[in-house]
Amino acid sequence: MIALIDYGAGNLTSVKKALTALQADFTVPSSVEACAQASGIIVPGVGHFAATAALEGQWLQSIGAAVADGVPLLGICLGMQWLFEGSDEAPDVRGLGVIRGRITRLQNDPDRRLKVPHVGWNALQFNRSARLFDGLTSGSQVYFTHSYAAPVTSECVASTEHANAFASVVERDNVFGVQFHPEKSGDAGLQILRNFLRVCGASSANAAAGRRC
Amino acid sequence: MLTKRIIACLDVRNGQVVKGVQFQQLRHAGDPGELARRYNVEGIDEVVVLDITATLESRQALARTINAVAREIFLPLTVGGGIRSEDDAAAAIEAGADKVSLNTAALRNPELITTLAHRYGSQAVLVAIDAKRQADGFGVFVRSGTTDAARDAVEWARQAQARGAGEILLTSMDRDGTKAGFDCELTAAVSDAVDIPVIASGGAGTFDHFTDVFTRGRADAALAASIFHYAESSVRELKTYLRDRGIPVRL
Repeated sequence: MIALIDYGAGNLTSVKKALTALQADFTVPSSVEACAQASGIIVPGVGHFAATAALEGQWLQSIGAAVADGVPLLGICLGMQWLFEGSDEAPDVRGLGVIRGRITRLQNDPDRRLKVPHVGWNALQFNRSARLFDGLTSGSQVYFTHSYAAPVTSECVASTEHANAFASVVERDNVFGVQFHPEKSGDAGLQILRNFLRVCGASSANAAAGRRC
Repeated sequence: MLTKRIIACLDVRNGQVVKGVQFQQLRHAGDPGELARRYNVEGIDEVVVLDITATLESRQALARTINAVAREIFLPLTVGGGIRSEDDAAAAIEAGADKVSLNTAALRNPELITTLAHRYGSQAVLVAIDAKRQADGFGVFVRSGTTDAARDAVEWARQAQARGAGEILLTSMDRDGTKAGFDCELTAAVSDAVDIPVIASGGAGTFDHFTDVFTRGRADAALAASIFHYAESSVRELKTYLRDRGIPVRL
């Protein structure tokens, strides 16, 4: 069972519709206990980093503990930014901190007419192979809408160019983050979600095998 | 590189897609779910559903229509027409819209832009401007284009951005449904005045009209209805044409 975390940032309808189309077994838990039992956790979100303050305390601790236990975690858009230590958008709010680095504002470039927010379809440049990329090729186009972004570090498995390059997909062990909206990125987006669900299926099978031993 | 978006607009009345000329003479153009499915296969980047009679007849965009479209496509979906309150916007978003488009209500109550931007994020709030050429520039019209709002379109776009709008959907009333080409002067004037994306609308008739609006008009996205609805040309043909002329598109 996938736990889809609702912390009041934007709406969950699109992510729910995509998970339903992929026939995923998911729930929107009302209490933090569900995290430990989940086969995977998805933290969606759109909007301001300050909204993630709702995750501080119990949710942050429980999601952190589940991740340390090996439960796969996918952060989408604001949910990906929350995987990092913090953001310039809301300096007083701390992120989960499972990926090192800080979220900063995208640069605009009036000469090249590159605006912020970065809204629309842009390409993923793969930096290395990653489990989320099964069935996709580098250069696949996905839908972005954001003003802040993550730096390109060793956890960055795909980057995207606006005025500068930023991390559009990160992966570290069982933690994944995508800056774009896979639930709004047509077939390419659904494939990425399908790949995450496959990771969750594999890891819950492993956990079940572990318990039997 | 960020691509230029091609957006299909479904003008909906009583659950069916219709299309008029200069906001009049509506004719039937098909089932919204079916059209959305076809556009998705052809590579459309985004879909806008406008409940065109909502403002006049005091109806909300039908949740059923939004649902039918959102079931078919996993692309950004905007809903407009008759969104007057936070509750109207919430209903559209709960039914499956990612963004709402405010028009008359935003002019009457600009605070609604800010309220919705705080609740859902700026990316979820479009301000639609219906503009018409006047002696001294471009004027804004409301209530489905029937009422002169006595406002300047460029100034209003700038203010909408300051209030929290995430994109501007700019329709030339002079060109709407005429297939005479987008109003590139209008589009460029608004695009130069704001930092948020500008979606050009009204007048698409040929592929060259799109080339024009992305270059001369400096649009970030272009919206069309008639050119796609009656299968006159496919989205894929249009995008191939644009790519061959050096305009970045998603193919």
